[in-house]
Amino acid sequence: MYKIVEKKVLSETVKLMKIKALLVAKKAQAGQFIILRIDESGERIPLTIADYDRKQGTITIIFMEVGKTTKQLGTLNVGDSLLNFAGPLGAPSEIKNYGTVVCIGGGVGIAPLYPIVKALKEKGNYVISILGARNESLLMLEKEIKSFSDELYIATDDGSKGQKGFVSDVLQQLIDEKREIGMVMAIGPVIMMKVVSDLTRKYGIKTLVSLNPIMVDGTGMCGGCRVSVGGETKFACVDGPEFDGHLVDFDNLMLRNRRFICEEEESCKLAGV
Amino acid sequence: MTVRKTKHEMPEQKPKDRIKNFKEVPYGYDEKTAIEEAKRCLQCKDRPCVIGCPVEIDIPGFIKHISEGDFDKAVEVLKTKTSLPAVCGRVCPYENQCEGECTLLKIGEPVAIGRLERFLADYEKNKGVKIPKKGKPTGKKVAVVGSGPAGLTCAGDLAKMGHAVTVFEALHAPAGVLMYGIPEFRLPKKIVEAEVDYIKKLGVDIKYDIVVGKTITVDELLHDYDAVFIGTGAGLPRWLNVPGENLDGVYSANEFLTRVNMMKAYKFPEYDTPIKIGKVVATFGAGNVAMDSARTALRLGAEKSYIIYRRSEKEMPARDEEIGHAKEEGVIFKLLTNPKRFIGDDKGLLTQVECIKMKLGEPDDSGRRRPIPIPNSEKKIDIETAIIAIGQSPNPLIPKTVKGLKIGKWGNIDTDEDGRTSIPGIFAGGDIATGAATVILAMGAGKRAARAIDKYVKSKK
Ligand SMILES: Cc1cc2nc3c(=O)[nH]c(=O)nc-3n(C[C@H](O)[C@H](O)[C@H](O)COP(=O)(O)OP(=O)(O)OC[C@H]3O[C@@H](n4cnc5c(N)ncnc54)[C@H](O)[C@@H]3O)c2cc1C
Ligand code: FES
Repeated sequence: MYKIVEKKVLSETVKLMKIKALLVAKKAQAGQFIILRIDESGERIPLTIADYDRKQGTITIIFMEVGKTTKQLGTLNVGDSLLNFAGPLGAPSEIKNYGTVVCIGGGVGIAPLYPIVKALKEKGNYVISILGARNESLLMLEKEIKSFSDELYIATDDGSKGQKGFVSDVLQQLIDEKREIGMVMAIGPVIMMKVVSDLTRKYGIKTLVSLNPIMVDGTGMCGGCRVSVGGETKFACVDGPEFDGHLVDFDNLMLRNRRFICEEEESCKLAGV
Repeated sequence: MTVRKTKHEMPEQKPKDRIKNFKEVPYGYDEKTAIEEAKRCLQCKDRPCVIGCPVEIDIPGFIKHISEGDFDKAVEVLKTKTSLPAVCGRVCPYENQCEGECTLLKIGEPVAIGRLERFLADYEKNKGVKIPKKGKPTGKKVAVVGSGPAGLTCAGDLAKMGHAVTVFEALHAPAGVLMYGIPEFRLPKKIVEAEVDYIKKLGVDIKYDIVVGKTITVDELLHDYDAVFIGTGAGLPRWLNVPGENLDGVYSANEFLTRVNMMKAYKFPEYDTPIKIGKVVATFGAGNVAMDSARTALRLGAEKSYIIYRRSEKEMPARDEEIGHAKEEGVIFKLLTNPKRFIGDDKGLLTQVECIKMKLGEPDDSGRRRPIPIPNSEKKIDIETAIIAIGQSPNPLIPKTVKGLKIGKWGNIDTDEDGRTSIPGIFAGGDIATGAATVILAMGAGKRAARAIDKYVKSKK
C-alpha cells in the first residue's frame, strides 16, 4: 500500500498528490512515469512523475480528472492509500546542454514538464518556457517553472492570461526573432504536440515529445501502448515515453487513445462521477 | 485380462452452455473413474512415460497408488517432482510428453495421465494441502525475479532447503502467464492462487510492483542477496508487421488476454478495465495462446470467431485438447491463409483483413512444411476485431540492463543445463532462457536452478 501524504487542489479538475513510494523515489528521473491502481477492481493507469523527493521517499503526481480512475483518485485524501504504485517506468529524458531550449507545456502536460525544466536548467541550458491552457484557471506550476526558466511566456485560448492564442504562436514568434534554439521539448495534448512538431520540422529544430497512450502493464508485455515512430512500431512504456516529434504518427496516436471512450463514459456514469 | 482401449471420458460443460460463461470446461474425474482409469496402466518395466516427462515424475508409481485407492500415497509420489500439479494437470501438452510414449498407444488411447494428475491435485486441494517441513535456516538469501512457474518453483524449492527467498514481481499479481495469460475457463484463478499460497506458506515472500531493471537493478539485488534467479518469461509480443496493425480493433493476444484475465475485463463495469470486441473476431496463429484468445472472444459475445493460420491443421502447435474444445465451441478455422494487410474505415476502425491463400512447400528449418503464397488468391474478410497470437519473445528489460550477461540469438538469457548464466551468482530459467515454451519446462528449469543455487550459496563464504 502506498500512502497519500499530501494533496493540493490546483484547479477545479487538477489535483496534486504526494505518494509515499520509497523505492520509486530512490530511482525516479525526469521524464519517467508510474503506473497506479487504486483498489482491487481498479484499472492500471500511467501518470508522469511531476516531482520526487528522495529524502522523504515521495513521488508527486499531478492529474486532471478526465476518466473514472482519475476522478476516483481525486476523491481520496491524505492518509488514504493506493493499492499499487509501480515505477519509475520508461526511459528518462535526455538531459544535456543544448544551448537554448524551449520547454512547452500544455494543460496537464505542464506537470511532467516541470522536472524536465529543472533538470535542463541545472545542466546549464538557457531555458525558455512556454505554458499554455484554455484559460487562466487551468494553468499550474507557473511560479515553480518560472524559478528555473530564463524566460517564461504564457498563452491562453481566451486571453485570460498572457498572450491570447496557442503555445505554437509564441514559438513562432521566437523563431521569427531568429533565436538560436537547440531543442524544443513539448508535452501536452496530442494535437498540441503535433502542431509544435509540424512547426519545428520546417525549421529543422530538434523536437522531443512525451506521449501518453493507453497502457496496461507498463513493462513492454502487452503492446497496448504502441505508437508508430518513423514507420516503426515502438512501445511507449519502454522505448519512450519521449520520442522525436518529427517522426511520431500523431494521427494514429489520437485514434488509439479513443479506443475505449464509450466504455470510459459508461464506467463514469455507473460510478456517478 | 483385456485392457480398455479408450480413456475414461472426463465430464465437461456442454459447448453451447460454456461459451456463455468463464467457468472451467472439464469437471475432472470422480474417485471411481480415477481408479478405473489407473487400472488401465500396464506398469511397464521400462517406464516410457517417465522418459517423456520433462521433470521425470514417477508416473507408474502414482498411478499404482491410485489404482489401489490410496490417494494420499499417490499425492506424495506426485509431489516429490512437481510443485504445481493442479496447474500441470490442466495445461501440460501430455500428448507430446508422457502420454505420447504410453505403451497403450499401440492398441488405442494412452492412459489419461494428465487427467489422473489433475484428479490427485484436486483431491489434495479439497482435503487441505499439507505444508512440508522447511529445512533448517541456512542464513542465505536468494532473490527471485518474476513469479511465473519458473520463479515460483525455484522459490518454493529454495525455501524448502532452508534459504530465505524473496520474489520480485513487476505486476500486481503473481504467477505470470498462469494469471494474466491462460483464461479462467481453462485454469481457474482460484487454483493458481492456491498454488501461490502454498509457496508462500513455505516462507517465500512475494513483493509486487517491482520492475527489476527499473525499480531496482539486478546488480543491487546481487549486492543484497547471495544469489539471484531470473524467471521473467517471454512477454514480448510478436507482430505480423503488415499494414494497418495499429488500427483501433487490433490487439496483441497479450493485451487482449491480460485485460480479460488479470484485469477481469469480462466483469466490466464491475471491474474498471474495459475490453471492446466486435461481432466478428479473427485470431492470427494456432498455438495455445491463439486458441485461448479465440475461445475468450466467443465468451465475450463474438458471433463469429476465426482462427487464421498460414499452415495446415497438422502443423498447428496448440494442444489437441484446446483445438478440440475450440472446434466444439464453434471457432471457425481458416487454414493455409495468411494476412497481408488490415483495412480500416475513415475513423480508423478495423473493418477487414486482406488474406492470401497458401500452399505447403518443402520443410523449413523447423522441420515443418514451409507455407508459400498462391499468387492472385487474395481475398478480403470482414472482421471488427483482430488478435495477433503468433508468438512471444523473451522480455528484453533484464537482458538489456545487466552488463556482461550473455544473451542468445533470440534475445534469451544464455544458461547451462542448471540455469547458470555468464555471471556467477545470477541464474535464469523458464521462457526467458528458452524462448516461449511450456509451464512444465519452466517449472523443471526452476527446480534444477534451485539445486544449483543451493550448491552455489553454500559454497560461498
Ligand atoms: C495464453 C497462453 C497460453 C498458454 N498455454 C499453455 C499451455 O496450455 N500449456 C503449457 O504448458 N504452456 C502454455 N503456455 C506457456 C507457458 O505459460 C509459459 O511457457 C510459462 O508460463 C513460462 O513460465 P515463466 O516462469 O518462464 O514465465 P512467465 O509465466 O511469463 O512469468 C514471468 C513473470 O515475470 C514477471 N516479470 C517480467 N519482467 C519482470 C521484471 N523486469 N521484474 C520483475 N518481474 C518481471 C512477469 O510479470 C511474470 O509474472 C501458454 C502461454 C500463454 C501466453
Ligand atoms: S503498456 Fe503494455 S507494453 Fe506498454
